Amino acid sequence: MDARLLAEQIPSLRRYARALTGNAWAADDLVQDTLERACSKWRLWLVGSDLRAWLFSVMHNIFASQLRRSPPPHSVVPLDEAAQELHGGVDPGRDLGTGLDLQRCLMQLPEEQRIVLLLVTLEDFSYAEVAKVLGVPAGTVMSRLSRARTRLRELMEGASAPNRPGLRLLK
Amino acid sequence: MNRPAPPPSDEELHALVDGQLAQERRAEIEEAVVRDPAVAARIAAWRRQREALRRLHGELLDEPIPAALADALDRGLHRQGNWARWGGMAAGVLLAFAAGWLGNALWAVHGATPSMQMANAPATREFVHDASIAHAVYAPEKRHPVEVAAAEQQHLVQWLSKRLDRPLKVPDLTTMGYTLVGGRLLPGESGARAQFMFEDASGERVTLYIGILDSPTPANTAASRETAFRFASEGPVPSFYWVDQGFGYAVAGKLPRDVLLKLATLAYRDLS
Repeated sequence: MDARLLAEQIPSLRRYARALTGNAWAADDLVQDTLERACSKWRLWLVGSDLRAWLFSVMHNIFASQLRRSPPPHSVVPLDEAAQELHGGVDPGRDLGTGLDLQRCLMQLPEEQRIVLLLVTLEDFSYAEVAKVLGVPAGTVMSRLSRARTRLRELMEGASAPNRPGLRLLK
Repeated sequence: MNRPAPPPSDEELHALVDGQLAQERRAEIEEAVVRDPAVAARIAAWRRQREALRRLHGELLDEPIPAALADALDRGLHRQGNWARWGGMAAGVLLAFAAGWLGNALWAVHGATPSMQMANAPATREFVHDASIAHAVYAPEKRHPVEVAAAEQQHLVQWLSKRLDRPLKVPDLTTMGYTLVGGRLLPGESGARAQFMFEDASGERVTLYIGILDSPTPANTAASRETAFRFASEGPVPSFYWVDQGFGYAVAGKLPRDVLLKLATLAYRDLS
């Protein structure tokens, strides 16, 4: 296998992992696990076709098994703490279109919706490719995408309404 | 009075925003969107959202790869390399036999000898596999399928000819509906390689991969000037390849074998 072909994919894997996990360290750990798994499972790729799609499905499987082992923190963080954290994000004086707010809202989407939204928008995968990467039916991809867009829009509009308390964002 | 078209489905609206809508339905959907202010607002919001997401962490795309990740890749490839060296060697011998047998049985233009293919098998196999991987990596690419686009064809050909140290030519595949998208330079075992990409009206892509394919022993010199088409189906996409005066050519694409053969034949005729 050619190291360069894999290395070329690293920047986009990092960006996707960063948006997915919302955390720089967790993201690079995820990319590292993905590269290691990809190298050891290289033979499995030969039967497939698109290297990029294969790498993303390797990454997805690792992320999904991590989720099973330890559920995402925001579902166990006490409400007060979460509200506090959110409140910090709703600063009316700041440019509300910044990535920080977007990332914060993104993290409030259920993982399955966030994954589909990011694969489609960030990575330009076709709906059929996303279905293949995730191993779910095409209809599931569309419904997750639809829910993700609707929810993210609500969250972002909530975040940019200056007088609304942070807690409202948790609904 | 025109009968109103069926209102766009939710799926079509997403496809519109994501640029995944079939061309012929696009205008219709866009019209329907404009007619309905609520839908128009939703589409505008989705588009803003999409653009914002695409800017998110964009700086990571330009950052150098962190050392920890580069190390992980090195370690992983090293382990994988040990396996591949032994496994690959056995597979290479088998393939060489298979390629020799099949190649000769199927379609040999000038009938290169099986012994020549045995001698060249590892290099050829590696070349063809690289061609297949290069296709699999770049053909699905939407934003950057090529380094130099067809609009600068003259520059493209000059540049790649210089880097491969041989006058190259872009074959004309338009009679089969394929036009040039552009090309790129790639690294190979024995130096630079070039990839030209072609596309038909439906967006189907084929690539022509070119590079030095050495046949250093004198006994092979005569044979390597000759050419035989061979089919390779290992690797992510199939290809037809041939060797001409020390240069290897591979036409790769996710296409039925007979179509790929026609394209390869066309390219071969146009290049020689």
